[in-house]
Amino acid sequence: MELLYGIFVDPFVQMWEFPDLLVQVLWEGFVSGTLYALIALGFVLIFKASGVFNFAQGIMVVFGALSLVGLYAFGVPAYLALILSIAIMGVLAYSVERVVLRPLVNQEPIILFMATIGLNYFLIGLGEMIFGGEPKTMITEELGLPKGAWDFEMLGGFVSIQRIDAAAAIIAGILVGGLAIFFNKTRIGRALRAVADDHQAALSVGISLNQIWRIVWFAAGIVALATGIMWGARSDVSFALSIVALKALPVLILGGFTSIPGAIIGGLIIGFSEKLAEFYWGPLVGGSIESWFPYFLALIFLWFRPQGLFGEKIIDRV
Amino acid sequence: MSDNGQTPVLRINNIEAIYDHVILVLKGVSLEVPEKGIVAILGANGAGKTTTLKAISNLLHAERGEVTKGSIEFKGERIEKLNPNELVRRGCIQVMEGRHCIEHLTVEENLLTGAFTRKDGRGAISADIELVYTYFPRLKERRTSLAGYISGGEQQMCAIGRALMSRPDMILLDEPSMGLAPQLVEEIFEIVKRLNEQEEVSFLLAEQNTNVALKYAKYGYILENGRVVMDGDAAALRENEDVKEFYLGIAGDNRKSFKEVKHYKRRKRWLA
Repeated sequence: MELLYGIFVDPFVQMWEFPDLLVQVLWEGFVSGTLYALIALGFVLIFKASGVFNFAQGIMVVFGALSLVGLYAFGVPAYLALILSIAIMGVLAYSVERVVLRPLVNQEPIILFMATIGLNYFLIGLGEMIFGGEPKTMITEELGLPKGAWDFEMLGGFVSIQRIDAAAAIIAGILVGGLAIFFNKTRIGRALRAVADDHQAALSVGISLNQIWRIVWFAAGIVALATGIMWGARSDVSFALSIVALKALPVLILGGFTSIPGAIIGGLIIGFSEKLAEFYWGPLVGGSIESWFPYFLALIFLWFRPQGLFGEKIIDRV
Repeated sequence: MSDNGQTPVLRINNIEAIYDHVILVLKGVSLEVPEKGIVAILGANGAGKTTTLKAISNLLHAERGEVTKGSIEFKGERIEKLNPNELVRRGCIQVMEGRHCIEHLTVEENLLTGAFTRKDGRGAISADIELVYTYFPRLKERRTSLAGYISGGEQQMCAIGRALMSRPDMILLDEPSMGLAPQLVEEIFEIVKRLNEQEEVSFLLAEQNTNVALKYAKYGYILENGRVVMDGDAAALRENEDVKEFYLGIAGDNRKSFKEVKHYKRRKRWLA
């Protein structure tokens, strides 16, 4: 009886009685959600265009952040380091296309997936070799990202918003908006959707798959770098970040592997729900359900909508 | 064919094509397409028609196939090693069997993908879209529909229109009649003829529908088991007894009953 009360009544009573706390939790959820959405976006981009589930996406997040911090540690000015990190993601995209994707064209998806696992460990090794394995602090201030927090007095209490979180949400929004425009309005974006839809048709009209793959991996690399900076600023830059990136999996299950809006909304759902679950239901089982709740949610979802909320419409002509 | 001294726009010389390093599909195919010509490759399923076209456009490579012998020349230059996108840039584009419209793009976006390799600016491209719409008025009506939802005939038009958007000198047209009503097939071929006359596009088409293909093509090659077994002017092929019997389904003098067929089976002369 007490357990049922704890599950079904008490959390909602608390939400009602302390709305300021609820707002705080929702904000935390929103920020995590935007970052999950960004990571998921990286997966979706690559999956759409090259049909590869890129296991190395998480490590690309770390690798991007690591090269930024590492270059700064070597004495490169912050903004130059940022530009160089973007360039590094470009080189990475180019090499992946040349060394992994091109030789493996037309192979089974599982083989490409295995190749990305290899890429994953290669990048871990390379990152450790160049920049060292110990956790590093993100160069937040040097990049001009805001510090500290705003405290709002509202709803009979305080809500505190970290400025870096606000910046993360805004940057994520800009990136997503930019990508959406890029996909829908430009020549390359159109070609990219064509490749996602029908490789052969795209090839036959003269779209170069290699070029599209490079662009997509580069875009995913930039998204990874942005995620790495934001996430690194909230905790620190270490290889453990790539585990966080795997939270994108439940996001993808929710949102569908091929849908950009799905990645965004799925990310937000996961963000909100894990924070709410942690704060209101966590204490019932001793806390820290945050780490597994998204996977649980995804499992429930799989029962009802295996193609995800926004999985690409399957066009079926009758 | 090139007896008028002109170099043909396309010349294939004795090519062999292999899939997966082992399966020999083309065993020495040679053919030519004269400038502004319409040439048909005829033959049954598995004869090698599609492979021939894909060998030219080099879409073969994406299916783990390759040309291992012989040469392919387009406008006098060797093209066996070129990427499809380089080839499209030089003016040779393939319309694949089964249309392959990009389903989740609108008709107009499909047309725009055809202009991917062009560098001559938006004005020229939108002018060409209007040109495509004059040939295919139905596409204009459906311009904002997703290509996955339009009819088979409209998809074929969309695929040909998309190829036109690359401003080609030559279109490799694979099985345009597939799955279409006879009236629609005629309509498509009429447009092919007009494109050939007015836009001066050469066509190499692979067809199973021998009847309609020989009506519109000027020259034909018959492929069997990866070899050219016969070629000639379309008119001559139409009159050939073997072609009549095996590809046009017309019996020699009078219609045969099934009873007779059992006794007598005409042997293809080229197998002898």
